[in-house]
Amino acid sequence: MTYILKPKVRHPGLPTNALGLTARDYEGAMSTLCAGCGHDSVTAAVIQAVFELDLPPHRVAKLSGIGCSSKTPTYFLGQAHGFNAVHGRMPAIAAGASAANRDLIYLGVSGDGDSLSIGLGHLCHAIRRNVRMLYLIENNGVYGLTKGQFSASADVGTRSKRGEENRQEPIDPIHLALTLGVSFAARGFSGDKVHLVPILKAALQHDGFALVDVISPCVAFNDHVGSTKSYLHTREHAQLAVLADFIPPAAEITASVEPGGVRSVTMHDGSTIQFRQVPDGYDPTNRESVENYVRERQRAGEVAMGLLYVEPGSVEMNENLGTVDRPLCELPYEELCPGSARLEEIQLQYR
Amino acid sequence: MSSDSHSRVNNFAFKIATVNGSGSASANALIRRAIFRMGVPVSGKNLFPSNIQGLPTWYEIRVNADGHTARIPTFDLMVAMNPATYARDVDEVRSGGWVLHDSSWPLPTNLLRDDLHFLGVPLARLCNENFAGARERILMKNIAYAGVLAALLGLDAEIVQKLLGETYAKKKSLLDSNYKALGLGYDTAIDTLECPLPIRVEPMDATGDSIIMDGNSAAALGCVYAGATVAAWYPITPSTSMIDAFQAFCGKLRKEEETDRSRVAILQAEDELAAAGMVVGANWMGARAFTATSGPGISLMSEIIGLAYYAEIPAVFFDIQRAGPSTGMPTRTQQGDLMLCAYASHGDTKHILLIPSDPEECFYFAVKAFDLAERFQTPVFVLSDLDIGMNDWLVPRLRWDDSYRPDRGKVLDAEDLETIDHFQRYLDVDADGIAARTLPGVHPKGAFFTRGSGHNKHGAYTEDADEYVDVMERLRRKIDSAALHVPSAEIRTARGASIGIISAGGCHRAVLESIDSLAPRGIAVDYLRVRAFPFSHEISSFLGAHERVFVVEQNRDGQLANLLSLETGVPRDSLESLGTFGGLPLSAQDVVEGVLDALGSAAYPKLPPRRANA
Ligand SMILES: Cc1ncc(C[n+]2csc(CCOP(=O)(O)OP(=O)(O)O)c2C)c(N)n1
Ligand code: SF4
Ligand SMILES: [Mg+2]
Repeated sequence: MTYILKPKVRHPGLPTNALGLTARDYEGAMSTLCAGCGHDSVTAAVIQAVFELDLPPHRVAKLSGIGCSSKTPTYFLGQAHGFNAVHGRMPAIAAGASAANRDLIYLGVSGDGDSLSIGLGHLCHAIRRNVRMLYLIENNGVYGLTKGQFSASADVGTRSKRGEENRQEPIDPIHLALTLGVSFAARGFSGDKVHLVPILKAALQHDGFALVDVISPCVAFNDHVGSTKSYLHTREHAQLAVLADFIPPAAEITASVEPGGVRSVTMHDGSTIQFRQVPDGYDPTNRESVENYVRERQRAGEVAMGLLYVEPGSVEMNENLGTVDRPLCELPYEELCPGSARLEEIQLQYR
Repeated sequence: MSSDSHSRVNNFAFKIATVNGSGSASANALIRRAIFRMGVPVSGKNLFPSNIQGLPTWYEIRVNADGHTARIPTFDLMVAMNPATYARDVDEVRSGGWVLHDSSWPLPTNLLRDDLHFLGVPLARLCNENFAGARERILMKNIAYAGVLAALLGLDAEIVQKLLGETYAKKKSLLDSNYKALGLGYDTAIDTLECPLPIRVEPMDATGDSIIMDGNSAAALGCVYAGATVAAWYPITPSTSMIDAFQAFCGKLRKEEETDRSRVAILQAEDELAAAGMVVGANWMGARAFTATSGPGISLMSEIIGLAYYAEIPAVFFDIQRAGPSTGMPTRTQQGDLMLCAYASHGDTKHILLIPSDPEECFYFAVKAFDLAERFQTPVFVLSDLDIGMNDWLVPRLRWDDSYRPDRGKVLDAEDLETIDHFQRYLDVDADGIAARTLPGVHPKGAFFTRGSGHNKHGAYTEDADEYVDVMERLRRKIDSAALHVPSAEIRTARGASIGIISAGGCHRAVLESIDSLAPRGIAVDYLRVRAFPFSHEISSFLGAHERVFVVEQNRDGQLANLLSLETGVPRDSLESLGTFGGLPLSAQDVVEGVLDALGSAAYPKLPPRRANA
């Protein structure tokens, strides 16, 4: 496998964003994943989201762990710095990066193996720290890259390609994250880009840890009959309950607002999330009611989808730490070194 | 050696046996500092249990006019305040020595040794009579024994009082009771005991340009001066006090006054894997970031260490070594992580190690570690240990050169990137093994994909044999070339020396003292102290120039000797390993006895056997 650069041909007719860039400018290298892999569709949604948000590519830091899913940052934002870390440790690396440079936009991609098994502890603590980042779990119920073993998100009763049945309880990242106090939780489906893109946009603008669990079928190992993470099963059981649009600051709000349980939530930068459709009595800013709803849907054999929870007053890690507004990595040395006279003073206590 | 080295004035050691959590630390520090303020070289070593309250703990103070401050295992005076350890404490006193005990209760007669002087002061009774409240009585008993010690050792009472005043300057209420307790002990001793003892302190002028500091504080201060802005850690003895110190220093030195916000982020991670990951993430962004840990942490961090090595990300690791495999003995010292750190992580790796011998070097090496990490874009380990890190060492005053600026290594900034065509991360443009790096967010042209998976010199993913080998060979050259830039070995030669001693780190003072005491026996020794890895050329030369080389270190397997053999090619069996690994700091006696044994005890008179079971 080698690094394949996509030919950069500029089509004059392509729409440009506020930076004068086209969606193609947000692409990366050619994917080396299996044809039809859900992860490639997520990549496409990411490209559209960052394009529509007018993000300067080099101000994005994209990070991942190890797995097929974790390979995808190579396939988008070719002009952004990337870090393909080690298996499961990306949340910790992202936390350190964010502590050093709070000004960049952090975009993490992980898999269900990467996040819910080997890296589960790091994920939990990144949520607790409220590291400001979009954290994508491309969830296929298996370890794709190591050839189809069950992951921790495999449902009870789901069957592997070899016919083996999973009997262990799954870890649902949304449940888990809500319990841990996550400040943004959403679930999407790689086969539904229309609804995924606004979720990603809202997540990228969120001032804290934005967990987006995307059901992203593995065509090689988990797309057969009997799997609960196949395209077909997901289409049949996805309960797209919470529809939301992301509206940038100062944009005119045009989304159709249906009566009944509908509301808009203003984000830290003045942008809003406009909830177009929510179930009766559902409040996306009320953790308990969201938890209950997600659990109810699960009991009914459905998967709750959409922008499920957002905490408008979220306080991200650096704010909690009380560090200066400027990125620590940019502080001039003169501001950091106390100097020789101060050293003399300090040493008085050691005499 | 000074002419009066056999006199006991300014040349003795004593040990204070107490119970963990009883608040004896401030009383012990008071005595140690008073001796220091009298201008006399002194050191203090804490032997403490892995426990918060209730188990025995000891503080050893050595006073030595010649400046020998390594541990010695026998004591002239025992302050036996813990009945639970009376028996072993009394046993550690040299014949003719003294035992100070609390005579509020009679001492069990089976403990009495007729070759010792037993000095009783009814400390508990005095405190019960003079203080109310159980906690205060316990605390003041410590200050009272400090008062007794001040009288017995002939300490300058004014200095002791002044120190108390400084300590409690902000807590006036505490100051009064402390003064009172000090006086109770002091006066009772003067009235009832023969003061001062033959072991006593007389003013000197030998500490004017020195400080007494622990290595963890010094290393933490070094990190502040180096400009570190991110620290990530997971609590583990004996490294925790380094982060505590860093936090305390930053509280004073890193505040942005206008906003009261801090110019540092200290992240308490969920485990050491995360701590190392955070350090790598922060360094990737261009901040100077470090972690402090001990052996068990390094084991966990190894995965990330390999990532930093292969992806070429600077990172600084302080390993404050403790004893043992697994959890081992968390509160005992050892030099057991040398091999682990030299080659930490799977695959072909090799790392830069800096090995300070005392707190002074902890400070300077901390700064050096960041410079080397950024220059060579690789993990750098500062291998300290519990003895250096947590004990109180007499060291020269720390100095700072205000013209120092961090060596950030080869980092292309926005201007540089503007002028180049196409940035290629791992291209050895300067043919020195070091490729320029870029920092995220600086310029679109600087973007590349950092990865721990196979990559070629352009920075792209590869599974191609030649491309992989090309990068790995460059990494080998890069790390090897660091030998020219790490601190060189310290070498001391002696006229007519036929044998050599090689050592490293916290063994240094014991070795120096042993060389001093071998000389009068007609054994001249050349000495080399390794200060860093990869080994610089003078180490090979030293090995080649000596037929007999003893390698003194504090681990079971002779890890330094192994590393020397592995890296320089000298046969392992030509190196004779010496030292101890039981978890107590090395003493000169250990080295002297080891050398004499090896040279044939018949030829050289042996030292008197040790009584102590330490
Ligand atoms: C320490 C370590 N253990 C095991 C592996 C092997 N490994 C690579 S990817 C992977 C599982 C990935 O699963 P997931 O995160 O779900 O990604 P997917 O391939 O399904 O997208 C494993 C176990 C590794 N790279 N590192
Ligand atoms: S193995 Fe599965 S997850 Fe991996 S690329 Fe193929 S389809 Fe995608
Ligand atoms: Mg998976």
